[in-house]
Amino acid sequence: MSEPAFIDVLSQAEIDAIEIEVAHLPDRPSAAIDALLIVQKHRGWVSDESLAAIARLLGMSAADLDSIATFYNLIYRKPVGRHVVMVCDSVSCYVMGGESLMMRIRRHLGIEPGETTEDGRYTLLPCVCLGACDRAPVIMVDDQLAGPLAESDVEDVLGAFE
Amino acid sequence: MARIEVDGIVFEAREGENLLQACLSQHLDLPYFCWHPSLGSVGACRQCAVIQYDDEEDERGRLVMACMTPVQEGARFSVDAPGAAGFRASVIEWLMENHPHDCPVCEEGGECHLQDMTVMSGHTTRRFHGRKKTWRNQDLGPFIGHEMNRCITCYRCTRFYHDYAGGKDLQAFGSRSRMYFGRTADGVLESEFAGNLVEVCPTGVFTDKPFSQSYSRKWDLGSAPSICPGCAVGCNISPGERFGRLKRIHNRYHGEVNGYFLCDRGRFGSHFVNAENRLRRCGVRVGDEEFQEIEGLEALAVLTDLAGGGNVVGIGSPRASIEDNFALMQLVGEDQFCAGFSSDEAVLNELIVDIYRSGAGRVPTPLEIENSDAVLVLGEDVLNSAPRLALSLRQSVRNESLRLAEGARIPLWQDAGVRGHAQGALSELFSLTVLPTGLDDIAAHVEHLPPEQIARHGHAIAQAVAGVGAEESASGRIAAALKSAKRPLIVSGTGCGDGEVMRAAAAVSSALRHAGSDPALLLTALEVNSLGATLLGGGLGLDEALKRLKNGAADNVIVLENDLYRRADPSLVDAALEASRRNGRVLVADLIETRTTANATHLIPVAAYAETLGTFVNLEGRAQRFYQVFEPRAPVTSAWQWLGEAGRAAGRNDMRWQHFDTVVETCASRPGLEALREVAPGADYRGAGGLRIPRETHRASGRTARNAHIDVHERKTPVDTESPFSFSMEGAQGGAVGSARSAVWAPGWNSNQSVFKFQDEVGGALIGGSSGIRLFEPAHGVPAPSYAMSQTSDEGEGFRLIPLHRIFGSDELSAMSPPVVERGGAAEVVLNRADAGRLGAREGDGIRCDLLSASAALRVDDAMAVGHAGLVVGETFGWLPRGRVVLSRDPDFRSSQELIARE
Amino acid sequence: MSERPLTERIDAAGGFVDGGRYEEMGGYVAARQAVTSMTPQEVCGLVKDANLRGRGGAGFPTGVKWGFVPDVPGRKYLVCNADEMEPGTFKDRYLMENDPHLLVEGMIIAAYAIGADRAYVFLRGEYHESYRALTAAIGEAHANGCLGESVFGTTYALELAVHRSGGRYICGEETALLNALEGKRAQPRTKPPFPPASGAWGRPTIVNNVETLCNVPAIIRRGAEWYQSLGLGEDSGTKIYGVSGRVKRPGLWELPMGTPIREIIEQHAGGMCDGYRLRGLLPGGASTDFLVEEHLDLAMEYGAIQAAGSRMGTGTMILMDDHVCPVDMARNLQHFFAQESCGFCTPCREGLPWVEQLLLDIEEGRGTAEDLELLDHNAAFIGAPGNTFCLHATGAIEPLMSALKYFREDFEAHIREHGCPYRSGPGSAAEADDGAN
Ligand SMILES: Cc1cc2nc3c(=O)[nH]c(=O)nc-3n(C[C@H](O)[C@H](O)[C@H](O)COP(=O)(O)O)c2cc1C
Ligand code: SF4
Ligand code: FES
Repeated sequence: MSEPAFIDVLSQAEIDAIEIEVAHLPDRPSAAIDALLIVQKHRGWVSDESLAAIARLLGMSAADLDSIATFYNLIYRKPVGRHVVMVCDSVSCYVMGGESLMMRIRRHLGIEPGETTEDGRYTLLPCVCLGACDRAPVIMVDDQLAGPLAESDVEDVLGAFE
Repeated sequence: MARIEVDGIVFEAREGENLLQACLSQHLDLPYFCWHPSLGSVGACRQCAVIQYDDEEDERGRLVMACMTPVQEGARFSVDAPGAAGFRASVIEWLMENHPHDCPVCEEGGECHLQDMTVMSGHTTRRFHGRKKTWRNQDLGPFIGHEMNRCITCYRCTRFYHDYAGGKDLQAFGSRSRMYFGRTADGVLESEFAGNLVEVCPTGVFTDKPFSQSYSRKWDLGSAPSICPGCAVGCNISPGERFGRLKRIHNRYHGEVNGYFLCDRGRFGSHFVNAENRLRRCGVRVGDEEFQEIEGLEALAVLTDLAGGGNVVGIGSPRASIEDNFALMQLVGEDQFCAGFSSDEAVLNELIVDIYRSGAGRVPTPLEIENSDAVLVLGEDVLNSAPRLALSLRQSVRNESLRLAEGARIPLWQDAGVRGHAQGALSELFSLTVLPTGLDDIAAHVEHLPPEQIARHGHAIAQAVAGVGAEESASGRIAAALKSAKRPLIVSGTGCGDGEVMRAAAAVSSALRHAGSDPALLLTALEVNSLGATLLGGGLGLDEALKRLKNGAADNVIVLENDLYRRADPSLVDAALEASRRNGRVLVADLIETRTTANATHLIPVAAYAETLGTFVNLEGRAQRFYQVFEPRAPVTSAWQWLGEAGRAAGRNDMRWQHFDTVVETCASRPGLEALREVAPGADYRGAGGLRIPRETHRASGRTARNAHIDVHERKTPVDTESPFSFSMEGAQGGAVGSARSAVWAPGWNSNQSVFKFQDEVGGALIGGSSGIRLFEPAHGVPAPSYAMSQTSDEGEGFRLIPLHRIFGSDELSAMSPPVVERGGAAEVVLNRADAGRLGAREGDGIRCDLLSASAALRVDDAMAVGHAGLVVGETFGWLPRGRVVLSRDPDFRSSQELIARE
Repeated sequence: MSERPLTERIDAAGGFVDGGRYEEMGGYVAARQAVTSMTPQEVCGLVKDANLRGRGGAGFPTGVKWGFVPDVPGRKYLVCNADEMEPGTFKDRYLMENDPHLLVEGMIIAAYAIGADRAYVFLRGEYHESYRALTAAIGEAHANGCLGESVFGTTYALELAVHRSGGRYICGEETALLNALEGKRAQPRTKPPFPPASGAWGRPTIVNNVETLCNVPAIIRRGAEWYQSLGLGEDSGTKIYGVSGRVKRPGLWELPMGTPIREIIEQHAGGMCDGYRLRGLLPGGASTDFLVEEHLDLAMEYGAIQAAGSRMGTGTMILMDDHVCPVDMARNLQHFFAQESCGFCTPCREGLPWVEQLLLDIEEGRGTAEDLELLDHNAAFIGAPGNTFCLHATGAIEPLMSALKYFREDFEAHIREHGCPYRSGPGSAAEADDGAN
């Protein structure tokens, strides 16, 4: 009885996008990761409610889906800010001064990695090599790469994201 | 077979089996965690590392995981090589980084696989200086405790719960060194097999909650081989006792019945033994007065008085042993004895025996059904009526996956490989039941029908097997699948209360036999000794017995371990007991208070299964002995002893037996029961070295002091005159009989993992053979009998009632076990939406059955056929009338939750 | 034609190669040729003869791998491994962002060769630009009849889709990748079964790296001999080499296979930045063993690098200069590997965090001689192939073992001096690593 209400959690746009992925795949649960990423794209993160709704849509248990969701770095099971600032902490960026860059960003935003600014504008996350080592040290804000980044660039680069 | 060498020992192992299993089958000590005999290998823990040498010249070799290495002719390995031993010690060291040092307060302490492997691997000194991770634990309901900090991430829990048992709500979350095993949120673990986590987890993450609440160390538990009284599967169990309290139930391995697993009714349902409403005193009362306690001798005198008087009816019970029933039958005479089933159920149970004997199909052992490659379930909600079977049926559908894997040359123990390759391919299971069941998710075809239509459908399948009838129909497809299967299985039973359904199952099986295949046919009965009581016989039907009392044809009744209100029309029971109370005596011998004991004139407290010994006959006709785990406090005594003494006191020549073995011997002279003699060792059996088998462990602590708070003198150890077991730690485990072992415990192996030391080979029979003996085998070489559909007419007003069984609540005794009470649901009436509408009732409203003078909450389920009502069997609804009955909405009904809320 | 089959179009176009440009410059000729006039066996044979070796890290001969696909009816899959999460590696992104059609064409040929009718690009989640480029290219290829029901008008049908990863290094491991593709947790799988026999959804599957597949069109067009002749030494073809670290011009260059390390660093990357001296390098990504000064004249090819005790890996090198503390760099690397462990097997899951902890203790001056022994001990037991379930942990230990060998004096100095000689003050290298999950 509560089933339709649960699915209602998802928007038609989300359901449509998920169904497109399902169409490429041999069975519905195979679209689990795609579906999580789609819903996250619309909402910034995957809440328990969204998770349960996606699980129903794909015909799997919430526990099974959460097992998958909690495995992956890019699926957020906690709310994030309007912009996600990912700072590469892997080796090339490390060699090029990535740690001091991170320090600078922390100071600038006044938060620790994993936290969100009080105004809900930024979430700061360390991340693994962004595949842009020729531009080290790099960061990625939402889906935009920035680098090589001097500490003095931090304010300008982040300021561009409202 | 292949010859392999391990540290210089040459032995034969099965070609292609994994090395770990091969070593364990040789009873070698090789540590492991993630491997499990029923779950196969995944290679996660890396604890089973050994060195493999390429050839004779190779001296260095390379490290391999034994559980992932197939045995090949001529292969050479070392368990002891420093490289392997050092690596295994490292694995422990890694696992111990985060493992708490809470062994003193851990329920697993002393029987912990992790402790054992730690000691065996030789890691002793802590060198990791980092902080330990800590986790928040979850409330997983009344059965299972959760202590995540103890987790060593072996993945056994989810592999059992999710992959093996099909549970959907326990999973592995997170990754790297932050793995969490639990639910998405606090809540009751849904699987009916969750309790196995307690034994599957190699450490103390998942614990037996009722046991934790009244905890003892393993070494302080007394035990004896026993049989689960929960249902007719007859799983072998190992109850643990201390200070006269039953503490917990562990699985007792049986290679043909229950393997390594139990259901939660079995594991948590035995606490009725300690329940507050246990009957512990003899009592008498006059009229409507309260019961007055009387001495045992006085009660015995009443019983003696009734012995053989002729003016008495004896009503036995399918939850009592064959021997107890037999003793009563002797006492009152066969013609005055009734086995205690409802009259309808007696017919159904006799039908099982008839069908089995007729040779309609081979009767499989419970575990054998795991080999079936096509299954037809007719009418039986197996998960609720014979729960352990459902776990086996769930394995049977994996045969298609195994077949595919075999084709791809993937070793079948390579669990992840098989699952990945086969992508969950299932063999066909066809399920025709009244309502959705816990097997629907793995069924190829599901239909929800009332019993009479299931029967019709079944007969149509039988006809299709015989080549009559349309092939495109569902029946045709099912018939074709069963016919082409190598090992087809038909499962049915007494659960839905309709013999025609079982006859249809027999018809399908018979037709398959005619068509040249060798079908297995398993029919489930409802109670632990349903078949035993049936085979024992007895001249009287229950309704007839009650009528005799009501009419005054007999004045006295002895009721043994039976609540008659669950077996016959309550108004008839009332009338019968009232008449008998007026004219004579109503003597009830039971272990627990029931509505029937409340209507007795005399009460005699009898021993519960763990307090006595006896024989139960399971649904395949296997007679199995359960032994006394501990002595009940007087006057609680075994029923057969009460009855025997009364017989002797009455000077009955035919009841001169004093000992259990003589009861068995006498009982075995009845036709069809000859094999009873060979069921299990008698009292004069002695184990290794001619010694008794100890109930207590060799480590039972503080024997001389454990009663010091009461009395500084060491208590005298009671002498057991009835069995080969001693009530002490003296003696010797083992001997020639596999079942005569009170505990599995081997040097270095304190946990139940040690069972491999007592098996012929891993997963095989116990050394000394699988216990129990089939009392009958299906007829061989006779033509398959034919079963035709009998005609019934079913017109009329009102509803046809269909019994619905629940794993938690329907079985009388386990329903009184406190954890089961907490887990179980209330009674329900299940109706189709249209019917509910017609009664003007909505979900949760009360539905009343005037005939039964009872109401229960409505659950609407459109799978229920119109004109039918499903009644959940339990305290509220026991006996159900066969004809159509009127139901109505009960405006005064209050659900139990509402009542609790109001209090 | 130039001798740079992978990047010639990018250079000619001065960056992004759109569909039109791609076709103008001989695009899809090879795929058309393969699908319309060659048998799958011929394609396999050609690639085998060309001695193309996998560019994803292991260097397995591609044509041989394709030959493992059994001739069974039913669905088969080709999967392009575009996960590229090996720290220090950025070559696949370059190819996909700039010349997506080259990959599409390579995949058509590969899929045809193995008889696959479904193909996926398993793409790193952070590669947004690659995603846009690839989906556009796939759309165009579809519209032009290079993909779909009837590839180049033949009866051969091929669907190609992009799967975006949820992000974890282990997804790059080919069996973990298959689990991820199936929408599951990316835990590696047991072998056997090997993916060519039983891979995605239990069907025969070939997994190849982006760069590997991008080599295929040129091999079809110009032949095995030509391709072989491109390499300077043992190995065939060209390789995209990359350099990151304190060099004047970090970047990527397509060069003949076997180009010496020194030439790559000094000529192409412009040499070290002023004031920095090279102390060591990881030749092919974070999971390869350190090489040092004495190895600079080695040819960057599979055999030579292996003989020196390391691996070609992805061919993108990370340089460690003399301002970087080897202990701390090792700690940074182990932080990555411990964090990216899938959590399945014990040595990797529990051993790597301990290794990281030991390195942190040593770096911060708390280390003892026993800790150094423990590092050796752990490295030996975690790192040997076969000790862990997959090669993630093996890869993790490669740079550590070699650092312990080449820079042991630095480790000992930390212990002796109770601190890091590379740091002026007592600073903490510890980092919080909490993600939002
Ligand atoms: C931990 C681990 C990570 C890997 N990551 C990648 C990767 O990101 N990209 C890749 O192409 N191969 C990666 N590989 C190698 C793949 O397993 C596989 O060998 C490769 O994709 C095969 O393609 P190739 O034959 O074309 O090289 C990784 C291997 C391991 C053990
Ligand atoms: S080595 Fe083990 S834990 Fe590490 S990534 Fe591989 S399987 Fe997972
Ligand atoms: S038992 Fe072999 S790896 Fe766990």
